[in-house]
Amino acid sequence: MKPQPVLSVGANAKALRKDAQRERLLLFGLSFPALLIVLLVIVVPVGWLFWLSLFNDAGVLSTYNYSRMLESKSYLRIFKTTFNVSFLTTLICVLIGYPLAYFLSQISRRWAALGLIAVLLPFWTSLLVRTYAWLVVLQRKGLVNQWGIELGWWETPLRLVHNLNGTLIGMVHIMLPFLVLPLYGSMRSIDFDYIKAAANLGANPTKAFWYVFFPLSLPGLLAGITVVFVLCLGFFVTPAVLGGGKVIMVSMKIETLIDLFFNFGTASALGVVLLVLTLGVLFIAHKLVSLDKVLGSGDGV
Amino acid sequence: MNWFQRPASETQITHGGRLWLYAVGVLVLAFLIIPTLIVIPMSFSESQYLEFPPRVWAVRWYENYFGSVEWMTATWVSIKAAFWTVLVTTPIATMAAYGLYVSNIRAARLVFVLLITPMMVPVVLIAIGVFFAYTRLKLNNTMLGLVLAHSVLALPMALIVISAGLRSYDMNQERVARSLGASRMKAFLVVTLPQIRFSVITGALLAFIVSFDEVIVALFISGGDMSTITRSMFLALRDQIDPTIASISTVMILITTTVFLLAQVLGKSKKVGK
Amino acid sequence: MGQEKALPIKIQGVTKTYGSIYALNDVDLDIHSGEFLTLLGPSGSGKTTLLMVLAGFNRPDCGSVRFGEREIIRMPPHKRDVGMVFQNYALFPHMDVAANIGFPLKLRGLAKEQIRPRVDEALATVQLEGYGARGVDQLSGGQKQRVALARAIVFNPRILLMDEPLSALDKKLRERMQIELRHLHEKLGMTTVYVTHDQREALTMSDRIAVINDGCLMQLDKPRAIYDQPANAFVANFIGESTLLPVDQNGGAPSFGGVALKLAQGSADGELLLLRPERLIFLDDDDRAEFNRFTGVVREVVYQGESFLVYITLAGGYEVAVRSVSQRHSIAAAPDVGDQVVLGLHRDETVLIEGSTDGGMD
Repeated sequence: MKPQPVLSVGANAKALRKDAQRERLLLFGLSFPALLIVLLVIVVPVGWLFWLSLFNDAGVLSTYNYSRMLESKSYLRIFKTTFNVSFLTTLICVLIGYPLAYFLSQISRRWAALGLIAVLLPFWTSLLVRTYAWLVVLQRKGLVNQWGIELGWWETPLRLVHNLNGTLIGMVHIMLPFLVLPLYGSMRSIDFDYIKAAANLGANPTKAFWYVFFPLSLPGLLAGITVVFVLCLGFFVTPAVLGGGKVIMVSMKIETLIDLFFNFGTASALGVVLLVLTLGVLFIAHKLVSLDKVLGSGDGV
Repeated sequence: MNWFQRPASETQITHGGRLWLYAVGVLVLAFLIIPTLIVIPMSFSESQYLEFPPRVWAVRWYENYFGSVEWMTATWVSIKAAFWTVLVTTPIATMAAYGLYVSNIRAARLVFVLLITPMMVPVVLIAIGVFFAYTRLKLNNTMLGLVLAHSVLALPMALIVISAGLRSYDMNQERVARSLGASRMKAFLVVTLPQIRFSVITGALLAFIVSFDEVIVALFISGGDMSTITRSMFLALRDQIDPTIASISTVMILITTTVFLLAQVLGKSKKVGK
Repeated sequence: MGQEKALPIKIQGVTKTYGSIYALNDVDLDIHSGEFLTLLGPSGSGKTTLLMVLAGFNRPDCGSVRFGEREIIRMPPHKRDVGMVFQNYALFPHMDVAANIGFPLKLRGLAKEQIRPRVDEALATVQLEGYGARGVDQLSGGQKQRVALARAIVFNPRILLMDEPLSALDKKLRERMQIELRHLHEKLGMTTVYVTHDQREALTMSDRIAVINDGCLMQLDKPRAIYDQPANAFVANFIGESTLLPVDQNGGAPSFGGVALKLAQGSADGELLLLRPERLIFLDDDDRAEFNRFTGVVREVVYQGESFLVYITLAGGYEVAVRSVSQRHSIAAAPDVGDQVVLGLHRDETVLIEGSTDGGMD
């Protein structure tokens, strides 16, 4: 075996190293405009805001905003509501979204493509439009009540909006695609040979599903649950419109604090807590499932 | 053997045995589509309560919409903002996607995650942060401020889509072009870009939709003459269920569907002859 | 006018590391002007890395590469003026065949009227006249490869680099293309560096072969010399079939199994004896002096179509194989399982190699 050469002494080594660095920096630099606007528009203002949350009304550094939040019953209720809504929405999404994803993954790709259009349709329809649609459909003289009464299923109009029920229905509708898409992707990539092997070894279709298919679909399911839960935590529009003022989520409270009271101190403290919770959930999920694989970062060529 | 008895998969489970699954699937799909689309026929209902099917067909809500100066101004603001957002976001996202994909720096992964953060952070937080900054900078109620904020919100989506397109593209083609005499930039423009065109167009389309449909940030930073259509709609909804909004919704669905179809058409690959 | 058709390539001290792994380890290689040189080695040996260094797509840690008189190691790929054919052809799908081939000419500023005749000429050279208007997806694998080739030569590069261009083709087509590439090289005359892991391909096509393993150059020689006199155990094992038997040096008089070996001229060094199956013959009782003799028992006879193998266990437990062509004559004379046989290896074909029997280098 030849003796290992000493690299720094080799011909052109310094020049080649400089060339390599220059090229890498140049290419990396292509991402700077994007980085710049993200820093300017998000990181700096939000950071500034957090800085603000550490000062009380008199301008003195303190945790006043935070302690006020933690002691006040109404704030705690808001957190409880937020968690409840998020949890229930996620649960319902899983209950009806998993069968849908499974259904789509088992039919031929052509039919599945059609079904996926239905799942993707909400993405290019405005959130506001969809929320409004539910408002119209669920209101006292709306579609559901019209038909329900006409068909004799019930007599007095059901109260389906401006309360928790309406909020949940609306949010499930909005969030469902976010669960179904990663789940579907995960399911489609399950090699059917595993199921065949299970069948060959003696499992009936039900057992094959629970022992083989379901565990293999878990990463996609977890990714979907994470996305849905995190989105629910910060959600604003749908609960604001469909909740009728009875369902108050953290994001709504933040808006009220700014809009009505111009109270940046408390609002930003609330925002910090929300952000920490969001990042916490994302972090835990990432440890379990490696979320960045789902989204995909660069590979280098 | 009728259809119910035919096997649905290689495990020989029949379609009949799976009927419950098919039923559930179709029901959930209906749940997804119908509310979204039902606004369209309902908007033609004469009644204040927007019946379905409409007992009397009328276009009064459309007249309300198109006849109102405020609604029309707001619509125009939204379209302009979305248009500018696409112009800002698409090149920036393409450059970032390419640069991060091709440079071999470990920090590239970190930067990628950083650029995705606008999607992961609760929007209301971004909204108040931006509002706070804009108050100082006097950028509230300006098109510039709006486009800047929307571009940042649209960036993650565009970045993800274009990066995915790059990953499924054969980089060897760019290398060949370079071996044949094209500089890196020329090779990218002449060989790579035409082939990732579909991803770039999809990214642009998503940027348009993100901006056009955006509510919360616009709620804070756009107002008065610069109010977006979404902001105006939201404020109207908080007060009462204005049926005019049904017609606005239909128009919005029309606009975004057109943009979507346009992207499909433009994305089809064409051959470049001599 | 008066421009040479080909350039020599001088590679000196090229090293490329990835962390603590040496992809290329201080490689020196002189490629003659106009020759067809193959870089041969297993996957991960560094042969493709070296080709990419030549092309400019891989920047080494240090070293020097000269095309003729020019040092090009810091030159970006698009200025190097070399033709390159990739393994998966990498034809531009959004251009038709003529646009693909004309691409480098367009980059060099030629006008349309100048481009067309040269594209036609290139198509004729690869025997695809009239294919200019076709789309890339309408071509078969072999045709795609020819278009890639046409594109790489149309601008008359003086160096041509090829990265396993035939590995995606099926066997019959591949063998035909090997001969065609060889003819093309003879016709055009440019220096060609060809990468492959297929030793038969290397032996068929090359003027010289550079055997590479673990980032190091193992041997650089003409095909026949590499086959007959491999420099070490790795080369002997990688090219052709071989069995390596340990040899007692006895201070200058090598022997195997107690019997002194008669050797080819100047081949006294080395701890291993190279036995190639097709070079062994079955000896009758006559004791011809120019043969080295080995005795053993037949273990198995395997018919393989055009030839058959006889597996023999020698005294001392060593296994060798003898390959004979399937002719009536040799089949009839083939021994049966269990027979005692005497194998003969002509002294001119008896070669000793450096190395140990585990196939590695010391």
